[in-house]
Amino acid sequence: MTDPLRLEILSLLEDNARLSAEQIAHMLDVSVETVEKIIDEFHSQGIILKYGAMVHWCKVGQQRVNALVDVKVTPQHGYGFDSVARRIYLFPEVQSVYLMSGAYDLSVALEVGSMEEVGRFVEKLASFDFVVSTTTHFVLKKYKEDGVILDEPDKDQRLVISP
Amino acid sequence: MNLEKKISPVVRDLPPSGIRRFFDLVNTRPDAISLGVGEPDFITPWHIREACVDSLERGMTSYTSNQGMPELLDAISQYLEERFSLSYHSRSEILVTFGASEAIDLALRTLVAPGDEVLIPEPCYISYTSCVQLAGGIPVTIPTKPQNGFKLTVEELEKAITPRTKAIIVCYPNNPTGAVMRKEDWEPLVELIKKHELLVISDEIYAELTYRGTHFSPASLPGMKEHTLVISGVSKAFAMTGWRIGYVAAPAVLLQAMLKIHQYTALCAPIMGQIAALEALKNGLNECQAMVSQYDRRRRFVVKAFQEIGLSCHEPQGAFYVFPSIQSLGMSAEQFAEELIEEESVAVVPGHVFGQNGYGHIRCSYATSLERLDEALRRIERFVKRKRQKLPISSIS
Repeated sequence: MTDPLRLEILSLLEDNARLSAEQIAHMLDVSVETVEKIIDEFHSQGIILKYGAMVHWCKVGQQRVNALVDVKVTPQHGYGFDSVARRIYLFPEVQSVYLMSGAYDLSVALEVGSMEEVGRFVEKLASFDFVVSTTTHFVLKKYKEDGVILDEPDKDQRLVISP
Repeated sequence: MNLEKKISPVVRDLPPSGIRRFFDLVNTRPDAISLGVGEPDFITPWHIREACVDSLERGMTSYTSNQGMPELLDAISQYLEERFSLSYHSRSEILVTFGASEAIDLALRTLVAPGDEVLIPEPCYISYTSCVQLAGGIPVTIPTKPQNGFKLTVEELEKAITPRTKAIIVCYPNNPTGAVMRKEDWEPLVELIKKHELLVISDEIYAELTYRGTHFSPASLPGMKEHTLVISGVSKAFAMTGWRIGYVAAPAVLLQAMLKIHQYTALCAPIMGQIAALEALKNGLNECQAMVSQYDRRRRFVVKAFQEIGLSCHEPQGAFYVFPSIQSLGMSAEQFAEELIEEESVAVVPGHVFGQNGYGHIRCSYATSLERLDEALRRIERFVKRKRQKLPISSIS
């Protein structure tokens, strides 16, 4: 997909999903109908998967426990990495699963309510036949997530009027 | 003792910048959306800031050579060649300055003898007239016209030249109008410039912010290098206004004369800024182009919005300003700007502060996010509708 209009709509929505079709049409100088049609296509083609808010949970007193688990696995005949990954990512507490190059195979990110829940999950994981080993890292503090710097809101520092 | 009397008459008689009063007014409205800002809304890209932090950690806090760090001079020379086909020797024809502002001052002080006339096409950046006066020269303004897209025409130039004319200061892409001069706009002026042996002080600080095509410098025309002083800097292209790094590229004889003033009055540009500028010129062009495409998107949005509001607005092809006319509303630009901030909390700059032919226009900067621009223009639309309804019927057309 190299149509610049479609790419521009995606980049606007990636940055701010709350923009209405009308606003986007205004910004990009095209009709509202065109924008609506393209966005519908994005939905039906699975290009836009979901809209959500990025929440700073700490600010509402909601402590969440984030952990990264490095998993070494042994894929078996007829049961490759994809199948192994599926067995893992279907757990709702798993936020992301990546196949990695290097010292381990799968990187599994968890978000749960307590350390105990992480323990229970890792125990479950370690009991699978295809899992060789796990190493769990806890997140102590988040500085930046999905391109957004937390705790450091953008502030316009410029003079209000300048020549 | 009357200290006022001790001030040199030249300085005493300089008018204060027209922007100041407006600045104070807007400052009382912290909630305002400001379209009055003459600098990028982006922060200097991190790799550029990081290069400076790293140099500080390594203890690079000394003076540099008067002319600037040799590596930076080389980088500027290469950049001018690659981007604008300008050929300047890094060791004899380029000088690093405190922003383009110092370069303008140096150029004028180098060229102007008492009584020399310097031509200034207006509307333009607010400093030129005062800098000419401080250098002992006589500023002669040339009002450029909206119907010509605020470009300088050969007739206007010819009319303004006298035997005392020494130089002309031009700024394209232009602040505040967004006008640019393409190759075909410069060509007709060359003969006149050569015939009268004029020097062109070409403020090209907005060069990278040229839309639909690349910036064209008059110095790149055959035989024009010896008539031109090219002034630019990293402020607008790389979002580095606060670093204060500019430069001037000029024939060696003029450059050496400017260097004399610079070494006695400024010594050298700050090393931190020079290091950052070096990183910008070597590795920052991708970010620069990304910022330019953002400005371009906003530019198209803002121009269309003003057309829909019904305020006539020529299409700016450079910088980050639009300069619509508000004459159809039957009010002055100053009144428009004041009432707009009062009633809708949107700040714009009345055009008259940029000189002749700025009356009846407002300068709106689109160095602001699209969402803020969208909101600002909705408010301006509401404001204009209200003002139109108050007009007598006969003046609504």
